[in-house]
Amino acid sequence: MLDAQDTPWPILKTAGFDGFLVSFADALSEPANRAALAFRDAVTQANLAGVQETSTSLVSTYVRFDPLAVDHDAMRAALQALVATQDWFRAALPQGRKLWRVPTVFDPAYAPQLDEAAQAAGLSRAEAIASISRARVRVQTIGFAPGMPYLGELPEVWDIPRQTALTAQTPAGGLCVAIRQLVLFPVATPTGWRHIGQTAFRLFRPETDAPFVLRAGDEVMFTQTTPEAFANMQTDPDGGAVSEPAT
Amino acid sequence: MSRDIKVISAGPSVTVQDQGRAGFLAFGLSRGGAVDRLALAEGAALLGQSDQFAALEMGGMGGEFEATVETRIALTGAPMRASIDGANLVWNASHLLPKGARLCIGAATTGSYGYLHFGGGLQGQTILGAQSAHLAAGIGQTLQAGDTLPLGPDPHVLTGQKIDTDARFDGGTVRIVPSLQTEFFAPAEISRFEATTFTRDTRGNRMGVRILPDGCGFKTSAGLSVLSEIIVSGDVQVTGDGTPFVLLSECQTTGGYPRIGSVLPMDLPRVAQARAGATLRFQFVTLAEAVAAERREAGRRKGLRGSVHPMIRNPHDIGDLLSYQLISGATAGDDLERDPP
Repeated sequence: MLDAQDTPWPILKTAGFDGFLVSFADALSEPANRAALAFRDAVTQANLAGVQETSTSLVSTYVRFDPLAVDHDAMRAALQALVATQDWFRAALPQGRKLWRVPTVFDPAYAPQLDEAAQAAGLSRAEAIASISRARVRVQTIGFAPGMPYLGELPEVWDIPRQTALTAQTPAGGLCVAIRQLVLFPVATPTGWRHIGQTAFRLFRPETDAPFVLRAGDEVMFTQTTPEAFANMQTDPDGGAVSEPAT
Repeated sequence: MSRDIKVISAGPSVTVQDQGRAGFLAFGLSRGGAVDRLALAEGAALLGQSDQFAALEMGGMGGEFEATVETRIALTGAPMRASIDGANLVWNASHLLPKGARLCIGAATTGSYGYLHFGGGLQGQTILGAQSAHLAAGIGQTLQAGDTLPLGPDPHVLTGQKIDTDARFDGGTVRIVPSLQTEFFAPAEISRFEATTFTRDTRGNRMGVRILPDGCGFKTSAGLSVLSEIIVSGDVQVTGDGTPFVLLSECQTTGGYPRIGSVLPMDLPRVAQARAGATLRFQFVTLAEAVAAERREAGRRKGLRGSVHPMIRNPHDIGDLLSYQLISGATAGDDLERDPP
């Protein structure tokens, strides 16, 4: 059990000239990720003077502020006071999160490294598909590319390393796995993660009023679909994905 | 009639840039915008307009342009060879670009990024609140021959102005504050970092520049085990082989390499503008010192219009004196006092 008295976490640090980082761990864990999401939500709700932007990484909350308006000492004190208000590792996740069901095709032509990944996890192909498509994973953070989610945590068998060499190009919408996490690419990109499924879900739509689809804290299930159904989803920016409030 | 700039030709790295898009870090999108924001402020001061207007950022070299109507322009940032219909132009100054005349902007004589500003500003497509191209994110693209760039209305007429600038195009010393992972570097490594002369590598773009130490690379106790964490522009990230990268406006939003510190926003143009081969040094300052310096700089930028003055030109240097409409520089006299539109 994590108790405020016997853990040094969370730790408050300055980030660059105009930021603070409130870190809840030095390694990824579910409680630390939840804490970071909940604390960011609290900073937003608290409407602290001088705050200009907030974000989360895997286990930290980032706060950018205007040091010419509110000095570092005052900002640090305000954040420390907020940190002290509760045990963030036990805090509820933010309200308004969604559960997305994203149709995913796992057939070999669309999932070139599924067999290799299944083997590394000690599963048959069918077991691997069942495991991935049944998992309800949370957007732990968004980063690397616009709208790109890191999702977790998968069952322990998926604690498989990244490849030593990079795949030259994984297509946009590609679902990839490593270290008990999934990533879904908004654009075609080289990657060290193994490509195990394909979606038609567009994560970044700069030309629309809602350019970013997923938010940190949202939950996602990658439901299995057929290549035929997948072909029909290509013209839909949501790629057949549907959302409902996460409970 | 519409006020447009026609792109006759463009260098490989010419993009529309403004102050960028702040506020999307949580969605994996860095702010972007001009890598030399001071150059935007200087262009705005020269034209007596808002520094929120978009301009052209020209990496290494410019291009050839024509205007469909008489247009005021200003040139700031890295000095480049520039001319209108063959007559050379002074850099860090405003000029009148007559309708149909050919504006040619060549290679930078020093520094990396030159800026071409237009009276009324560029008024192209706004995406997520800004016109800035963010190539790494797939927003916008580099300028191409044949592009047409619409301009906003320009209520002012004053040209022939010059601005005194901070030389920031040949490297030098930049200030840095401790940041997330500074403590992973032993004090002796920090001292050595401050004592080291770095050479700006050929590898560099709007995302960041690689800087090569004159000695060996920098080691951390954390090594490669640092969990991916928030990145902000100015961060000095030390990669696996100990070579630092200074991250600029179009950087990624998270990264797993340790950061030895973060360059002050006001000193970042000096890093962005250093061309390959230029040398840079880093000096740690406290956050209090950084805030004091940034406050002074914010005040200075606010008063930038006060450092604009008429260009004094020797008539002997003006080959085509008789073709000048000398009267067109006359104004109501309050251009600089009027609020930007």
